[in-house]
Amino acid sequence: MSKIADFNAYPDVHGRFGDYGGSYVAETLMAPLAELTEAYLRLREDPEFIAELDRDLKHYVGRPSPIYHAERLSQHVGGARILFKREDLNHTGAHKINNTVGQALVAKRMGKPRIIAETGAGQHGVASATVAARLGLKCVVYMGAVDIERQKINVYRMKLLGAEVVPVTSGSKTLKDALNEAMRDWVTNVADTFYIIGTVAGPHPYPLMVRDFNAVVGREARAQMLEQYGRLPDVLTACVGGGSNAIGLFHAFLNDPDVRMVGAEAAGEGIASGHHAASLLAGRPGVLHGNRTYVLCDDNGQITETHSVSAGLDYPGVGPEHAFLKDAGRAEYLGITDDEALEAFHLLARTEGILAALESSHAVAQAIKLAREYPKDGLVLCNLSGRGDKDVHTIAALEGVEV
Amino acid sequence: MSRIDRRFAQLKASSRTGLIPFVTAGDPAPEHMVALMHALVDAGADVIELGVPFSDPMADGPVIQHASERAIAKGVGLVDVLRWVAEFRARDADTPVVLMGYLNPVEIHGYARFAQEAVQAGVDGVLLVDCPLEEAAVLQPLRDAGLQQILLAAPTTAPARMAQLCEAAEGFLYYVSFAGITGAAHLSTGGIAARVADIRAHARTPVAVGFGIRDAASAKAIAGFADAVVIGTALVERLAGATDAADIAARISEFLAPIRAALDAH
Repeated sequence: MSKIADFNAYPDVHGRFGDYGGSYVAETLMAPLAELTEAYLRLREDPEFIAELDRDLKHYVGRPSPIYHAERLSQHVGGARILFKREDLNHTGAHKINNTVGQALVAKRMGKPRIIAETGAGQHGVASATVAARLGLKCVVYMGAVDIERQKINVYRMKLLGAEVVPVTSGSKTLKDALNEAMRDWVTNVADTFYIIGTVAGPHPYPLMVRDFNAVVGREARAQMLEQYGRLPDVLTACVGGGSNAIGLFHAFLNDPDVRMVGAEAAGEGIASGHHAASLLAGRPGVLHGNRTYVLCDDNGQITETHSVSAGLDYPGVGPEHAFLKDAGRAEYLGITDDEALEAFHLLARTEGILAALESSHAVAQAIKLAREYPKDGLVLCNLSGRGDKDVHTIAALEGVEV
Repeated sequence: MSRIDRRFAQLKASSRTGLIPFVTAGDPAPEHMVALMHALVDAGADVIELGVPFSDPMADGPVIQHASERAIAKGVGLVDVLRWVAEFRARDADTPVVLMGYLNPVEIHGYARFAQEAVQAGVDGVLLVDCPLEEAAVLQPLRDAGLQQILLAAPTTAPARMAQLCEAAEGFLYYVSFAGITGAAHLSTGGIAARVADIRAHARTPVAVGFGIRDAASAKAIAGFADAVVIGTALVERLAGATDAADIAARISEFLAPIRAALDAH
């Protein structure tokens, strides 16, 4: 068990979660990051800001999201009860909106008229374009050319919302390269631009801020569990790419030592194949995108190309707080392959009438495995972080179906 | 006295502005890298900045990104870069060499191991772009081994922080002429002269200015108020695609000669 007394004490003032996190950026960004940190630390204590955020989460996002007992799925699996925190029911269809609503309000308070974002699966891009449209801010979204190809519907959604989508053709043309490009835009346009990072990575204060905005998921879930089941779940599970939906669910439970936590990383074609995106399982501590964390890289320190059937998990790093939770022994991280995620996708669709995002299908697959480990009265709470409409074309293509 | 300090002392004694070319190690041709370094010196380089290729160069523009990608595709890594510096040192004991790059390759190599091997190879300083002062504790083994820490200062750097940088600077302080990435093309010398003058008055070291300098005219404009100029992107662009040592040397000489002349005429 973990030796950490209070997980709320992290990160420290330098944005460090133990050995991880920090601010590994070029000098030019140190001042804007300090400005953002100062503004955010003030706003997170500001009753007016909190009230405005709560109003938006309730009336615009549609919170609280329900906890749903997947009875037929649980029966089919034949183990513990599987419960879903239904983040897929949020406006725009994923947990990503929790964070973009929050960061857009910070941008507005800081007087920045232009927002930029990076996106992998397109969910964060859509969520950013959405809040930008609502607040009348200009929005530019960087997206890897490979991801643009496999997430066409989300690209079009962003355009409908008035955002400019910039294809990124450097490196592996996926999420990590989109993040590099957004960072380059930010360093060039710091005066009028707010960078909405979509996950709990990047330099301080992003891992803290994005975690705070997603922590509403776990706060709600904890109260809902006590209310509906009279106790906390035995185990939590969520998929981990950058790790924002997982931290969102985990955070309110970190100081509950009896609640086990399992993050599901994208094992792609299997860890042994080398074609995966499991940074915590198969990576090593390094520095990427402004923070120290587990990264997938070769012996020369070059970041390696990742693979996952889900664009949103296709990332060679991971939020520093997850690296910290892994080393502290507070959370476990396991791998779910493409095939396991697809199988879970279909099983959930047929037993519960829910199309989960491919990212979230990794968590569903993990929940199914965990349910088998617990008795029938056990409770497995899984973050169903996004809906699968955006993936229908990908799945059809994998199955050779023309849509 | 370090090689870098000695070189700047010589420049000052002869009232010359230093010329610091940047090239990406391993580009355009890994097999001619040592010859390329000698060609830089022959064309008037006072310090050589050698970029260590990295897959995710967040602070660099497309030209240097692509040079990095080409070098990585040819298998170039930190070990090769150190070997080239060692080979270069066999014939040149005076020209300082600074490695410029990102933290991850050094972190993965191991800080202590890197420090020892770099000093042994004849590296004089390191500029790790994504390691600001606040995170520099990890670089203690490098400092202990005698590698000088080249720090960046930027237009966005606040005055109090600038004082810290001036105090902590070793070798030379690298002033980034505008907020942006390498290779962007909007150099405005007017705005930066006063800032650089102020930094020079307070820094423990000479001040080099880089970002946006691409020819004799822009170099000369900067020479009026800096101790040295750094030229990267324009040179990397010029070298791209060259395949033999003679061609590389000719391109370097053709590119740097007018810049060297402009600096010396200043």
